[in-house]
Amino acid sequence: MNREVRQRFDVLVVGGGPAGLVAAVRAAEAGAHVGIVDDNASLGGQIWRGEAKHEETAAQWISRLRTAGATTLCGLRVFHQPEAGVLLAETNENVHVLSYAKVVLATGARERFLPFPGWTLPNVTGVGGLQALVKSGLPIHGKRVVIAGTGPLLLAVAAYLREHGAEIPIICEQASWTSLARFGVTMFGQPSKIAQGFRLTRQLATVTFAPNSWPVAVHGKAAVEAVMISRQGRTETIPCDYLACGFHLVPNIELALLLGCQIQRGYVRVDDFQRTTVREVLCAGEPTGIGGIELALAEGQIAGLVASGQMNAAKKLFGQRSGARHFARTLDRAFRLRSELRRLPSPDTIVCRCEDTHYSRLSQHTSWRSAKLHTRCGMGPCQGRVCGPASEFLFEWNPDSVRPPIFPVRVESLAALSSEPELECGEVSGGHT
Amino acid sequence: MLSEIVVTVNGVPVTVPSGATVTTAVLLAGKACRTSVSGDPRGPLCGMGICFECRVAINGKAHCRSCQTLCEQGMEVRTDE
Repeated sequence: MNREVRQRFDVLVVGGGPAGLVAAVRAAEAGAHVGIVDDNASLGGQIWRGEAKHEETAAQWISRLRTAGATTLCGLRVFHQPEAGVLLAETNENVHVLSYAKVVLATGARERFLPFPGWTLPNVTGVGGLQALVKSGLPIHGKRVVIAGTGPLLLAVAAYLREHGAEIPIICEQASWTSLARFGVTMFGQPSKIAQGFRLTRQLATVTFAPNSWPVAVHGKAAVEAVMISRQGRTETIPCDYLACGFHLVPNIELALLLGCQIQRGYVRVDDFQRTTVREVLCAGEPTGIGGIELALAEGQIAGLVASGQMNAAKKLFGQRSGARHFARTLDRAFRLRSELRRLPSPDTIVCRCEDTHYSRLSQHTSWRSAKLHTRCGMGPCQGRVCGPASEFLFEWNPDSVRPPIFPVRVESLAALSSEPELECGEVSGGHT
Repeated sequence: MLSEIVVTVNGVPVTVPSGATVTTAVLLAGKACRTSVSGDPRGPLCGMGICFECRVAINGKAHCRSCQTLCEQGMEVRTDE
């Protein structure tokens, strides 16, 4: 148990979603020795989760990856950089010591969650979260699911759940009609989005889509029984089995921070060639700006080409990337969070789910750091990945730096951290785990 | 490959489709994944290994993220530790 596995790559890709997958392919096709690491059981990331075999684009890239001969390492969680050019990752059994000449960070994004009374009840999940659970075998047929929050994911997941037999009484989108109309116009300006739009419209023809609407409170004893929503200024209560709620996406930048990459306005700063401010470290996809799959595919390929020294081939993709970036900026504007959402938590609403820290305790502080030190908010196993972005929005606090390990690891894996003598056990174990 | 897998959740057998995660088994057993520090039941939130709300003990190993672990025949899952 807990064997140490050592591997060396010309190009190491962290993240097996679209950006990472295509980066690995482009580098491996040039003859580089490539490794691709992902913490899930298979490649594809969140968007292609469980569908990599059926989705045509995904299947093509995965087959190219196999032909090119890259090493796939699934079920590995990267948690530390003991020295430049080396990353540590753990599986349920082993610790991997991964050395690289170049690394491409394609760590994707997670949903932003905002606290409101009752949001910690079982069966309140993320929007992408519920889709992931259904893709992982959760039966949803005949269940009543209220979908709420903001962003394009709401419609996509509603269509998916409906296809799997769920009843969707309403989709609550916090953005206004005006804001959405602007987004709609731009979205339909892109050919691949038009097809997507038509498909969604057909699947969701009978579902109520309510802009200017958001969840106010969840009622239930052991799990969700109903959700109270604010709809165009009026409240109503809707009985349901699940509330799937997410407020767009936040980038996973923890690993980039750990490696010392500069962050600009919340995203990893990269140049035209997807190079970060740290030598040998490139970044692609959502961590450089939330932009969806088209942008991820363009950025990932550029990163893979650059990491394997093909600068001219990379330049040819700049045009494709700039089109996708324009779409990303539109998303940001259309789904900007409205200030009313800051007033959703009541004093006893839990903000930090790991430590059960209430809103009233946090609101006494003036910074994230002060709140962490005095309330243990953000100090639990998720290390602030949920309450950090929430607090950033609620209190307009700036995020803190990260410390290794960036995920809680098993005590056995801590041996591999011995080059960090200043770390105490209580800190490195990352809270309760 | 088997099309159905039987695991136990707190000692009770649960049948799940092949490819299901441990989270699915826990939810099918009608259990919360964990109890919060102030004693409330919690279920999965993010479904992708970020939030740690789905952590359970698997084959005696505590604090495993059930959403990132696939069910295997005979696996012993506990939510009450």
